[in-house]
Amino acid sequence: MSQQQAQATPRGTGTHAAPSQATPPRRRRIRLGRALPWVSTAITLVLMIIIWKLVIAVFDVSPFVLPQPEDVIGGMGDLINSDGFWTDVRTTLTETLVGFGIALVLGIVGGTVLGRVVWLEQALRPVIVASQVVPKVALIPLFIIWFGFGITSKIIIVALLAFFPILLNVILGVRSVDTGHRDVMRSLNASRWQTFRRMEYPSTLPYVLAGMEVGIVFAVVGAVVGEYLGGDQGLGYRIVTSLNNLEAETLFAVIVVLTLFGFLLYLAVVGLKRLLIPWHESTVDNTRAST
Amino acid sequence: MSADTANRSERFATPATDGERVGSNGDAYIELHGVSKRYETRDRSTLALTGIDLAISKQEFVALVGQSGCGKTTMLRIMAGLIMPTEGEVTIAGQSLWRGEHRDADALRKLGLVFQDANLFPWYTVEENISLPLLLRKVDKRARLMRAQELSELVGLTGFERALPRELSGGMKQRVAIARALSYHPEILLLDEPFGALDAMTRDKMNIELQQIAEATQATVVLVTHSISEAVFLADRVVLLSARPGQIRSITRVGYPRPRELDVTAEPDFQTKVLDLRRQLTEDEERLKAQGVNE
Repeated sequence: MSQQQAQATPRGTGTHAAPSQATPPRRRRIRLGRALPWVSTAITLVLMIIIWKLVIAVFDVSPFVLPQPEDVIGGMGDLINSDGFWTDVRTTLTETLVGFGIALVLGIVGGTVLGRVVWLEQALRPVIVASQVVPKVALIPLFIIWFGFGITSKIIIVALLAFFPILLNVILGVRSVDTGHRDVMRSLNASRWQTFRRMEYPSTLPYVLAGMEVGIVFAVVGAVVGEYLGGDQGLGYRIVTSLNNLEAETLFAVIVVLTLFGFLLYLAVVGLKRLLIPWHESTVDNTRAST
Repeated sequence: MSADTANRSERFATPATDGERVGSNGDAYIELHGVSKRYETRDRSTLALTGIDLAISKQEFVALVGQSGCGKTTMLRIMAGLIMPTEGEVTIAGQSLWRGEHRDADALRKLGLVFQDANLFPWYTVEENISLPLLLRKVDKRARLMRAQELSELVGLTGFERALPRELSGGMKQRVAIARALSYHPEILLLDEPFGALDAMTRDKMNIELQQIAEATQATVVLVTHSISEAVFLADRVVLLSARPGQIRSITRVGYPRPRELDVTAEPDFQTKVLDLRRQLTEDEERLKAQGVNE
């Protein structure tokens, strides 16, 4: 669902219009195509709430198990106005962004090296595969023992979770530089720096951003689960406390806030994509890609 | 193996008025001396090209034909400075292109390359792609855009300067690639099956345009193609390579006046030349088949 919503945002202004062939009927179809995700999302939300209320009414569910949607909205109000809410948001945001930043730098550096040095990648492949397969969430208690209940252990968890999708995408990106493009730069006697700046960097960028798109989602998961399992602040910690206090509507409200939190971060990456690679297929609306 | 290298220096004496381009300058402009290329892989060594001697005059249009795997692309890429020859020398305007593993920058500057795939950078607009070589040579932006404008006009892309490659058809992409190759006024245009991926109609049209562009820019052109009729239609000389190892089998002169129109292809002499070249290709194929049995 978030994918659809992400694509419904207005297109970046940096994109170029198709050369003077747009006819009125096609333009109308584009507008309809852009509106569609918004409409479908609204319908989905309404349907969800109807089913939600229906389940409560039909099965007579206790409000401790499943509160009414309107109670959750009320719970959200209480949550936002409660003491330390914004501190918790800031804590989780800091953990996510710092950890993600570390993952990004290490992923790009590591991916570039492994993408270029084939023997090194071959030598490290078993290790990379193994670390891919390990359920990294299972390591979180270990990190908490090692790095304490504070923010450090969460940052490390976030970095670890976000690192691999970025690393693997960068390796792929570095490997995918078109040989034809290399020929062009070689025939033009381009310098090492020019080849990087004008060709390798732009052709790898979409892969970096694709890795970031996955990485940011993992980063939020890492931060929340880290706080959940061992912490004294942050949105994940709020889940634990509301669960312990049997405040179902607060619990639901935190989940909604976390959804929005993750969604906004994801949107930021998608926005970055539209800004940095407006030329790339992945940033084109589906309705236009078929021209 | 009648490599017709004896007559390579012979000039085609025709009055200047009939549009003939051969030998307007007289000196060999691109020369290949004893060029060979051997590819070494783990379990075998393949001789892709051997004993290539060819001299191309200024403003001459030469087509390289031969069956696939005959080394025509290798030969072009050696002339383009993309593949280092195992033996032999390539000179461009008297300068040696290859010095060991290094390439002569001045010689490279004389070359413009067009590949089978347009190889446009998808992150650049048409005008940015066209002027990329100028950007790499640190020409200022204003001059770059002016040149891009000029070339868009030459290759018939006016109005598409700001379009991205993904918005263009295959034919249009190749036009951009040609414009890019022309951006720094190269004296030599090297084309590796530039229209191979296009449909027949577009291809005919592009061939006529290529001829016009060659005239307008007074460039020396080397064209690799697998189409014999295309070669005979466009070239002043058609160089036929035979395969395994790749070497020059024959050189055919084509003296039709320029600009050539498509009705040239209906002339009996055109048909004769095409048929003769095709026969040579078939012979070569049969020879290879016979060799295959022996091996």
